[in-house]
Order: sequence, then C-alpha cells, then structure tokens
Amino acid sequence: MAKFNALRSAYLVLPLALMACSNAEGPKTVSAAPVAKPLEKAPVPFPSTYKAYPGVATAIRNVTIYDGEGGKIENGVVFISGGKISSVGGPDTVIPSGTAVVDGAGKFVTPGIIDIHSHLGDYPTPSVEAHSDGNEATSPTTPEVWAEHSVWPQDPGFSRALTNGGITALQILPGSANLMGGRSVVLKNVYARTVQGMKFPGAPYGLKMACGENPKRVYGSKGRMPSTRMGNIAVNRQTWIKAQDYKKKRDSGKEYTRDLGLETLAGVLDGDISIQNHCYRADEMALVLDMAKEFGYKISTFHHAVESYKIADLLRDNGVCSAVWADWWGFKMEAYDAIPENAAILQNAGACVIIHSDDENQIQRLNQEAAKAQADGRRMGINISDAEVIKWLTYNPAKALGISDKTGSLKPGKMADLVLWNGNPLSVYTRPDKVWIDGALMFDASNPKIRPVSDFELGQPGEGDVK
Amino acid sequence: MRHFLYAAAALAAFAMPVSAETIAITGGRVVIGDGSAPIEGGTVVVRDGVVVAAGAGVSVPSGARRIDASGKWVTPGVFAGFTRLGLAEVDAVNGTNDKSGGRSGFSAAIDVAPAIDPFRSPFAVNRSAGVTRAVVAPEGAASIFAGQGAIADLGADSNPVTKARAFQFAEFGEDGADAVGGSRAGTHLHFRAMLREAQDYAAGRGTFDDDLLKAEDAKALLSVLRGETRLLIHVEGANDMLRLIELKRDFPSIKMVFVGVSEGWRVAPQLAQAGIPVIASALNDLPATFEMLGATQSNIGRMKDAGVQVAIGMINDRDSHQLRYTTQYAGNIVSLERVPGATGLTWDEAFAAISSVPADIMGVGDRLGSLKAGKAADVVVWDGDPLELSTAATTVIIDGVEQPLGNRQNRLRDRYARPTEGDLPKAYDR
Repeated sequence: MAKFNALRSAYLVLPLALMACSNAEGPKTVSAAPVAKPLEKAPVPFPSTYKAYPGVATAIRNVTIYDGEGGKIENGVVFISGGKISSVGGPDTVIPSGTAVVDGAGKFVTPGIIDIHSHLGDYPTPSVEAHSDGNEATSPTTPEVWAEHSVWPQDPGFSRALTNGGITALQILPGSANLMGGRSVVLKNVYARTVQGMKFPGAPYGLKMACGENPKRVYGSKGRMPSTRMGNIAVNRQTWIKAQDYKKKRDSGKEYTRDLGLETLAGVLDGDISIQNHCYRADEMALVLDMAKEFGYKISTFHHAVESYKIADLLRDNGVCSAVWADWWGFKMEAYDAIPENAAILQNAGACVIIHSDDENQIQRLNQEAAKAQADGRRMGINISDAEVIKWLTYNPAKALGISDKTGSLKPGKMADLVLWNGNPLSVYTRPDKVWIDGALMFDASNPKIRPVSDFELGQPGEGDVK
Repeated sequence: MRHFLYAAAALAAFAMPVSAETIAITGGRVVIGDGSAPIEGGTVVVRDGVVVAAGAGVSVPSGARRIDASGKWVTPGVFAGFTRLGLAEVDAVNGTNDKSGGRSGFSAAIDVAPAIDPFRSPFAVNRSAGVTRAVVAPEGAASIFAGQGAIADLGADSNPVTKARAFQFAEFGEDGADAVGGSRAGTHLHFRAMLREAQDYAAGRGTFDDDLLKAEDAKALLSVLRGETRLLIHVEGANDMLRLIELKRDFPSIKMVFVGVSEGWRVAPQLAQAGIPVIASALNDLPATFEMLGATQSNIGRMKDAGVQVAIGMINDRDSHQLRYTTQYAGNIVSLERVPGATGLTWDEAFAAISSVPADIMGVGDRLGSLKAGKAADVVVWDGDPLELSTAATTVIIDGVEQPLGNRQNRLRDRYARPTEGDLPKAYDR
C-alpha cells in the first residue's frame, strides 16, 4: 500500500526492479527486423482496437458546466449523441426529441479528467513483485521499451480512477529509473481484454525521460555511469548524437538496420513523439531545455516539477507545461523545495499547469488536489477562477498529450468524454455521479451494474463494492 | 523586515516558555469535537493553557485578549491519529530519517521520544495547517515489536513530547510476518514467546534462552502485558484481525488498538464485541496487498455503525510530512454520505474522528482532543469549514499559546512570488 508506493518510480524507484536486474549489462538497444527499406512508412505495430461502446443520445440540463477551456455556463445544457459532444449552451439549447434527459440540478459537468502521469497497469495493484513492470532498470537508456507491453489491463486501479476520480483518459509512463525510460501509451479508461483494446485511437506516443536523483542513484549504485547529474546529461547527449546519426541514415534513402530504441528517439527528433520529462529541480529543467535545443527536439511537459515556480518565466517562454502535485514535499532531497503555491505561481506567470497524480490513490481525487492548489494561490493573492482550474485537469493535459483536438473540452465534435459531478468538483464533498466515455455511460453511481469490476476482483471479498 | 520579525519571534519562542494568557475567541461557529453539532456564535475562553469554557452564552473574562472569529470556525486542533512526525526531515536522506531503530539490536525498548525533533520542518508546516497533536510511532524492522511511541504537540517550542512511551507499536500481517521469518505463524509464536520472556523477566527468571528480548525490551513489554501501556498493532486483513482477537483472549489485560485495518468492515461485529478500538486509514480502497482485498472507503462508516470506536490515522501514507491531509481525508469520509450504497460519517462524527476520538483511544481524552472545560487549550480558528479544501487555519493555539504560522515553504513562496530577479539575485531577497 502507501508504504510501498513511497518507493514507486517517481519517488525512489521500485527496489524490486533493482533486485530483479542482473549484474550483466543490459543491451543498449534491441535490434528488431534487421533491415528496413529506406523511407518506408511501416504500419504502427500493436494498433489500437478500442471501440467506443454504444451510448444513447443524452442531454444533461439545468447543470453548471465547466467546458475545460476556461468557460463556465450556469443552468446549462450539454447534449451528446453519436459518441460526440453535439452542443453545449444555456438553458435555451435545443434538445431534440427522443433524447434521454438527465436533470443536473445542483450538479456540475466537466470534461473527463485526464491524468498525464500514471503507472496504472505497469505498477498495478496488488503491488506484488510479480507485478513490478514499470522500470526496465538494466540500462540507463531504454528508449526501446514500450509501456504498453507492461500494462495489465485488469488493474483494479482503473476502476477506482473512473468511479472516484472521473478519469476518462490517462498516460501510462515507464518509471524514472532510467534517463530514457521508454515509450508511454495513452489509454481510454475503459476495461478491455487486451491493452490494444484500451489504446486511445490516434494518440501520439511520448518518450519518458528522467533527470536528477533516480537515474544517477540506480546506476551509480551499480558502479556504472551515470552516477552524477553531470553523468546524466552526458549519457543523454551521447545518446542523442547516436539518434541524430540514425535519423540521417534512415533519411538517406539507403537501406539501414532498424533499431527499436533509436527509432523512438528519431521519432522524437521528427516531432512525432513528445518528451515527457520527469524533473524536480529548476536548475536541472533549465539544463534539459538547453539540451533539447542542442538536439532540436521539443519538451512537452516537465513532470513533478516541484521547483517550476522558480523558473515560471522560462517555462512560459519555452512553451513547456509543468505537471505537478498540489503539495507533495520532503520525501527526497530534490523535492525539498516544493511549495503548495507552485501551480498558482506558474499560472500567474502565464505558464501551462497540469495537475497529475503518479499515484493510484491521488488519481482518484485530482479535482481535490487542484482545489487545494487553487486555494493556496488565492491566499497569496493569485485568484484563479474555478473554470480555469478545471483546465488543469482536462484541456491542458490533453494538449500536452497531443489529443486536444479529440478530447479535453466540451466542444462540439469532440469525443463525449465527460463527468457529471454531484456537486462542485472543487469541493471535498463532491464525487462523480456519472461518467461517459465516447458517449457511453461507463459509470453510474446509482446503478451497481454500471461499475466495472476487474477480473482480479471477481469472486474476492468486496467484489463490486462501492469502494 | 516582516520575515525578520517572524524569525526573531520564532527564536524567542524556542528560547523561553511563553506564559499562557487569557484569550477569548468570540463570534465563531464553535465545534467542541466530541461529535456534537457546531454552535453558532459561540465563545471559547482559554486561560493558563486550558479551556475554561466553550459554547453559547459564555462570558468573556475581563482582561482577556479577544480574537474575533466572526464568520469563522473554531475547533479543537487536529489530533493526527497515526504519524511519524518529527522522525524525518527528508525521508530518503538517511541521516535525517529516524523512523526505524530496527538495526539497533533492540526492539520493544526503542523509544522514539528523543528522536522527535520539533525543529524539523514538518512541525511548522503541519502546525500552520491546524494540526496540534500527533500520535508518533516508530517504524517496524527486525521484530514484530517496533518500539514505544509518543504523543507529541506541534508547538513552536523545544519540548515536543506530551507523553513519552505512550504505547508500544507492533506489526502483524504481511509486514510482521516478514520481520520474523516469513510466516504469520511466526508472528503469533514470537508474540507469545516474547511476552513469556517478559513475564520471566518480571519473575526474576530472566534467562532469555530464546534470545528474542534484551532486558530493556522485556521491561517495555511488561508494561504492555500489564495493560499499563497500549499496544497499537498494524493489521490490515480480516483473518489477521480475527486471530488477534483470539490472541487477546489469552492476554486479556493487553489493551489492543488496531491500526490501518483496511478490512475492518468484514469483522466489524467481532471488533466491536472485543472492544478493540481502531485508528483506520481513511481512503484505502485498492487491493494494494492480498490482505487488503476488501479495502473500501466505506470501511470507517461501516465499522462505526457496528459500534467500533474509530479514529482516522495515516499509517505509511506520507505519515512524516503530510499530517495536513487529515482534514481532507475526514472530508472525503463525509462525502460518502451522498454516494449511493456507500457509508461515511456525518460531519460531526468525522471531526470527532480527528480530534476527541483519537485522544480517547490513546487514553489522553481526559486532557486532550476537545474544547470541553479543563482540556488543554489546543484551539484552531479557520477561515471556513475545516474539512473543506479551500480552508486554512488563521489562528493556532497550543496549550494556550498562540503559535507562529510561518514556515520554510512560505519563505520560498514569497521569494519566488515573482520568479524573475530584481536589482539583486534572488539569494538577497528575504
């Protein structure tokens, strides 16, 4: 449980992963299909097989709406049909006949909550050693691994994130033992028999990178590079040089040998794969920004980023988001200067803010974490509207993941991913009442049958309980 | 300058005991903390470090310093039910982490009191969030018995310990089994054998042929055996709790308190019948281990309904740093009252679960945990509902002394409120 979580990737790196790794040096990269034809556009392997479940045209009326892009409508109407948002507006919004109508009096609607930093599935519960699949801690750079190949679709954590947290989409990342931890995957929070059945159709891939304490401790303790922060940067730069070389070969028009890791890194240099960079300290983020400039890639988001408030201007100017907790602090040295006003100071400077969890418990209340961060800002004189705060949980993470054209706000034509809350989502007393994903009702607090129960929990004590 | 004054005041507070004054807090919504409903427009009077009176129609003594709490809430300070407060500054920096004394060679004898450091930053951070008292326990390691914990206050002074050796802490279930050879069979055997050794020690037959205990450990366990010291046991699974209830029948004088208790709802009638109070983790709802398969946030409400005495604690859940989550956790338990099929607590019950109930369970309810006359004056004024996310403490009083509310995080906030440098580097800005 939580004690164990404290050794999760973000914190300290799972010790089990360390125990599991041999003394032998892991291969730097794994060769796959040896020869590729030049400039060949290979089909994406492990393609998404996600299909939206059937929904009925539904209108929620008489409800307070936060649209996810900073807008608020009182006494409004949200109308969804065909799995999409059809219209969002005031009380006069037309509701076609034959539409199921939900009375939203006293309730609130937001876009589905998106967690940009989760390890559900790759560090699932029960948190047993056999389930420790988040860190390929055998080499400091493992861009060749893909988080989706570790995701256990039966993790009970997906259901809690849905029913208590209103999570409709989430990015599953490899852990932070490695400088380059591997590809992330974006999932729809819908149980499926296979991970392919959960993959968010059309979502770009991300590459998890990590700076700071974790990589240097994990590899330094094995007597190998990197053992210092300067070693971290050096190994990264050497690896990017190889990636540039690979990209040149790939683009040369001649035959070349495929390399899974370099393929991912070249994808970053192409701008097709986003960088999701675990980094705590302000000074390190600044170095990483310069490294990205040296090699010509773009960082989407610094994750954890507890010192972002010290360089809010720099992050704004570089267009990089900070995915932060409300108030985690003190668990490790690089988290020592964390302050609860981090999000508010960033917002005030015009930088992009995302509230993330990195935790199977707090993913169930990202709305509450955002509310705390908002209140801490208000007390220092930074007033951020409720509607703007909801953006931290919806549109901003969607944008940072490259899926904001599909989800993350209540705009007509987007996926009907939304949460009906039984009160103001920024109150501690509020919980999801209903959650729709692609227009299908996937959770209904009043109907025990509309509540997912993973295979693992079937036939166990508390099966189907309210949790 | 303001900060300089704050720092000077804090130093002064550490240097000398501040004499407790007479304070009247007027006009607020007063929560006594015993589960009773809030009182509108109540008055709280404290003098010489204790509560004189709290409620409606309380007269303000002449000469009392008044604190206007109009539009605010006034409550007893939060009594954090299970923590490692003051035992770590940075968890992952070993030199600052005193949670476990397992490699000392001792077990039950370990006493955390001298390791509780009130100058560590979690004191100031959590004090400013309205936490005034905490149960502070050692972490387990080499034995099922982790050592003796304390009740601490979060006052800005050099004496953090309210009551040393207030309880013994033990690990059962998976963690306990791991400590004693890998099987739950071992935990029960160790429990019985160690208590027998303690009895032998008391009878002057301290041969210690099993080498489980040192003399100091035996002394500490003896007070547990005699019921003089409570035994807090970390246990999560239903079967482990049932077997402990059986064990208690063989040691009827031991005052057991269960901690964690994720599956408590499954054995709630048995817990109630055995009269074992619990300090429960509020929001565990995942099968994090196989002993937590039945975990649900409705656990606390269901146990309460079955007649179990339930306080909220946060074992192994950021328990050295984030005591300030206690109010949020209590608020979440209240939220369950509006979730179909879920069981929570009423607001009044929830606040009692973070004030009077943990004090009662720890045997210090006669002195701590509520605003009843005669109790230590731990009083917090809040700018709203204390369980709500947007609320902050505006005044914190511990033992009748108004506390400074600044901390290191505030200083960083103020330095970087505007991130860019001014005429000098940030290092000059304070």
